Parts: sequence; structure tokens; C-alpha cells
Amino acid sequence: MNLNLQDFIVNSIDQSTSQVFSTMLGVEVARGAFTLETSAPGSNDGVVSFIGVAGSWAGSGSLSCSPFLACRICSQMLLTETSSVNEEVLDAVAELTNMIIGSVKTDLEAKLGPLGLSIPTVVYGRNFKTKSAGHAEWIVVRFHWDAEELEVKLCLAPHEKNAHPFSHTESQACALEV
Amino acid sequence: MESDVLVVDDSAAIRKILQRVLRQTGMAIRTIHEAGDGQEALELLKANTVHLVLTDINMPKMDGLQLLAALKADAHWRNVPVVMITTEGGEAKVGDAVRLGAAGYVRKPFTADQIKEKLVGILQPALPL
Repeated sequence: MNLNLQDFIVNSIDQSTSQVFSTMLGVEVARGAFTLETSAPGSNDGVVSFIGVAGSWAGSGSLSCSPFLACRICSQMLLTETSSVNEEVLDAVAELTNMIIGSVKTDLEAKLGPLGLSIPTVVYGRNFKTKSAGHAEWIVVRFHWDAEELEVKLCLAPHEKNAHPFSHTESQACALEV
Repeated sequence: MESDVLVVDDSAAIRKILQRVLRQTGMAIRTIHEAGDGQEALELLKANTVHLVLTDINMPKMDGLQLLAALKADAHWRNVPVVMITTEGGEAKVGDAVRLGAAGYVRKPFTADQIKEKLVGILQPALPL
């Protein structure tokens, strides 16, 4: 991934996250540092959501936070009091991820062409590890809501078409490539 | 006259927010029905009358565009306004929705004012405000 695209994604994550929090929760989050992560992440505690991105480029978007922050997000978004992680909290985090990564996806479509988005998946637990099957770097942007930290991540790489047993020149149309 | 509205979204959080937002618009609404996907919406419509449908696009089983196409192909539901409320902001998806006959398109995240403004603009003849 070139630096221009990387900067574009960081800015898009920044703007999308700020807008979603401001519009849906009435909260201003403070942007923290951004890093690139290539190694397998360490153990996680808390709430992590994933959403797949597919098209000419493919990868995953992710949002992770503490159980406390997940409950606070749910309470603010749905105007309910929530003190423990339940189905409503996981649903609120999933929808927040859908909106943030969906907005980034829309920005990226101007540069990368049409992209699809999967239904989000949310995991809540202690001492678990996550791993993407690909080798692409994760762009990680941190945000702060008071003392709590939220990470929004995106991992994206050009999608390689599957190899097939027929050889042909680049100028020939291939019936297997649709 | 009070009207009935159907909200279709696989996220219970969004259905709850839309319930609240619709009540805040001041429209004369009697019942707000909820469905988690297009199939569930069509099942619900067999036994209920609605005057407005608000639907997400990306949903399991049957997505919002398939639901829109099914409603527009049914003489009974053809004239009910369908508003898409979705994270999908790409021109292709918006174009598909317009071609299929969507009455409006609202991108998530949304404010209560944006929803109200959209509904007032396109649904005044269909829904008492």
C-alpha cells in the first residue's frame, strides 16, 4: 500500500469515526496516535468487532474497546442504562462498526472502485487472540473518549484473482475471469 | 388519520433508534412494526397494513434492494413509499435503489432532523404530518 493511500485511509477513519460518534452519540472523540501493525496481535480483553471488505481490494475493518466503553457506547446511542455487556451492547458496537467502516468504504470507492461490505461479527471475552489470514498491514487509529481508548483498524490489500490452469496473453479475454 | 410504519434493519439498535426518531418527528404514527430482514418484512406484510417502509440495504437472507424490488412488483404494495437508510453511499447502490423505485435515501449516520427532513420532503402526500 502506498503512502498516499495509507494517509487517505487514516484521514477517512478519523473523519468517519468522529462523524459517527458526533451524530449517533452526540459525543466528540479525541483522535490519538496511528500505527501500522504487521505482527500477530497479543491477547485481547474486551469487545472486538469485525466487518469484511471485498472487491478489487479486500480485507477487514475492526473496532475494539473495553467492556466499560462498549456499555457506555450502547447507553449513549440507545439512551438506556447498561452496566454489563449483553446482546444490546454487542449489537450497538456492531452497528457502530458498520457505520464507521461503511463510511470509510464509501470514501475508498472513489479511489478503488466498488467494494462490498459483510455483516459485522462481534466477539466479547477475555484473553483471546485474533488473526487475519492475510499478510497485509493493519492501519490502527486510536481515539479517546475521556480516559477510555477505542481502536479502529483497517487491513486492505489488492485482491489477487485465483490462478487457473489455462494460459493466455493479457490481451485475450478469459472466460474464467468474471 | 394515523399511519403505520415498517422499519427493516438487522440491527436491533438501529430499529430502536428509528422508533425513537420517528416518534420525535411529530408525524401521526399509530404503529411502528419491526423486521430484521427482507423475508421477515414480507411475512409481516401478509398480516399488516403499512403506509411507509424504512429499510436498510445490507441484511442477511433478503437485502433491502431485494425487498424493494419485491414490494414494487406487488400491486398491493407498489405505491407505498420505501426509504433506504443505509451505510451504503456508493453511486451504484444509490442508482440501484432509485431505479427500483425508492422514494428516498438516507445515509447512516443520521440525525433525527435529517430523517424528518427527508420524510417531510417525499412523504407528505402519503403520511399526515
